[in-house]
Amino acid sequence: MVQPLDGAAGPDGMLHLEGLVKQYKTGDKALKGVDLEVPRGQVLALIGPSGAGKSTLIRCINRLVEPSSGRMMLGGEDIVRLGAGGLRRARRRMGMIFQEYALVERLTVMENVLSGQLGYVGFWRSYFRRFPPAAVEEAFRLLQRVGLEQFYDKRADELSGGQRQRVGIARALIQDPDLLLVDEPTASLDPKTSRQIMRLICELCAERQLAAIINIHDVALAQMFVQRIVGLRLGEVVYDGTPDGLTPEVLTEIYGEEDWAATRDREADEARAAQVLTEEERLAAM
Amino acid sequence: MSDASLNIRDLARRWRPPPLIASPRLRWALGLGAALYFAAAIGTLEVNWLRIYEGLDRGWAFVIAFTEPDFVSRWTDIREGLIESLVMTVTSTVIGIVISVPIGLGAARNIAPLPVYLLCRGIIAVSRSLQEIIIAIFFVAIFGFGPLAGVLTLSFATIGFLSKLLAEDIEDIDKGQAEAVRATGARWLQFMNYGIQPQVMPRLIGLSLYRLDINFRESAVVGLVGAGGIGATLNTAFDRYEFDTAAAIIITIIGIVMIAEYASGLIRARVQ
Repeated sequence: MVQPLDGAAGPDGMLHLEGLVKQYKTGDKALKGVDLEVPRGQVLALIGPSGAGKSTLIRCINRLVEPSSGRMMLGGEDIVRLGAGGLRRARRRMGMIFQEYALVERLTVMENVLSGQLGYVGFWRSYFRRFPPAAVEEAFRLLQRVGLEQFYDKRADELSGGQRQRVGIARALIQDPDLLLVDEPTASLDPKTSRQIMRLICELCAERQLAAIINIHDVALAQMFVQRIVGLRLGEVVYDGTPDGLTPEVLTEIYGEEDWAATRDREADEARAAQVLTEEERLAAM
Repeated sequence: MSDASLNIRDLARRWRPPPLIASPRLRWALGLGAALYFAAAIGTLEVNWLRIYEGLDRGWAFVIAFTEPDFVSRWTDIREGLIESLVMTVTSTVIGIVISVPIGLGAARNIAPLPVYLLCRGIIAVSRSLQEIIIAIFFVAIFGFGPLAGVLTLSFATIGFLSKLLAEDIEDIDKGQAEAVRATGARWLQFMNYGIQPQVMPRLIGLSLYRLDINFRESAVVGLVGAGGIGATLNTAFDRYEFDTAAAIIITIIGIVMIAEYASGLIRARVQ
């Protein structure tokens, strides 16, 4: 079932999870010993039904959620054992992109992008927004890259969903990360914008040799853009392989035949994928 | 099939929203009990109708005085009282805000560790459970008559008000925005400055302005027990039966409160 992948695992694996367990105070086990190896520059999609632990998994990696046990090696350092200062330095190397964009709404686009630099500058510099000139220049470059250079002084809450997500991407990239943790980047977006955002994320990862873990509901969308898919079910990895390997049997294994809510999810995904395709055809016909 | 549809029609006809209290017996008992208690409570009030009748005259004299308030004969006293009240108001609001912000941060469960949270909630509870007049009497007893006791009273009351509401606003923030700032590797102070402050600032400004006009009104009240300000002047006027001067003072207070209200409304609308 687990298919070997070119470049997967091996000594240059940048992120290495071993026996990662997360048990909530209520006793629910969200993650039951996850092992995962992510090599440098690989974009990986994490799929699975709601409640499978996708969101918990990527939040454990930068310890927004504290894992209960296990090891998480990032470039030779066990993130689980880091103290406050070490954790801050490790977080700088992991950019995060969120489902609801999570921009600070009352700050401007520029302030939001520059907030990605907080791990690198002292408090007073950040308080007075006196970021190093090189960082400000990089922020403008990134805004230009995501096509929002003229919006730098707008307040974040004035932007549309797709624009906000682009700002979110710029904020993650200005951290100069090795790894992107991406949590449902397209769940709040329409199908066309979803594809644009996914394409942008994947292009940027390729340009900068970034590894990325992308939580995503939309299986069809994931298959379109990534090299590797990991299926999570009830806190366990049940599939790890290429997008082509996602046969109906495998999808049933991930989403569960008896789990009707999840199966309906899949149908919704397929319906949405069909919609995307017609959208594409319409655009192609134009 | 037809059986089921019949059933549905029957159900639809009989459907009523569920009552607030499910048991009919308890419902009626509670209603009846409340009515009886109310009747008994009214019965125990000793109403001295003669006293009320006599008081009407005084009340009327007061109403008449309002039609011709006397700003002139005690103007120096009124002016001094007002200035003192305004000084007390501004000073106590500023002191109150400065102390409230850290206590408010500590009293927000989502950002403060449990011991800090309990301590700060404790301070808030003490401040809120004591009414201004009681605190004013206490401070007057310690520091003597005058505005110092008033300033301390109002600062103390401001802490309970502002920290509680600030803490509740912090507990209501959008977690996602704060989480995103934390994920960048920000320090605690940077997290406060980027993740929390932008989300609660408009409310903090609004609450501070609101507290400013509460403090002005309260400064008139605490004056009645000797804590300085326009309240002391008002008290003197009543003691001398100078209702026209008292009327002038009250009209002035109403005027100032209305101006403050209007101004703070304008500012609050702009900071959203």
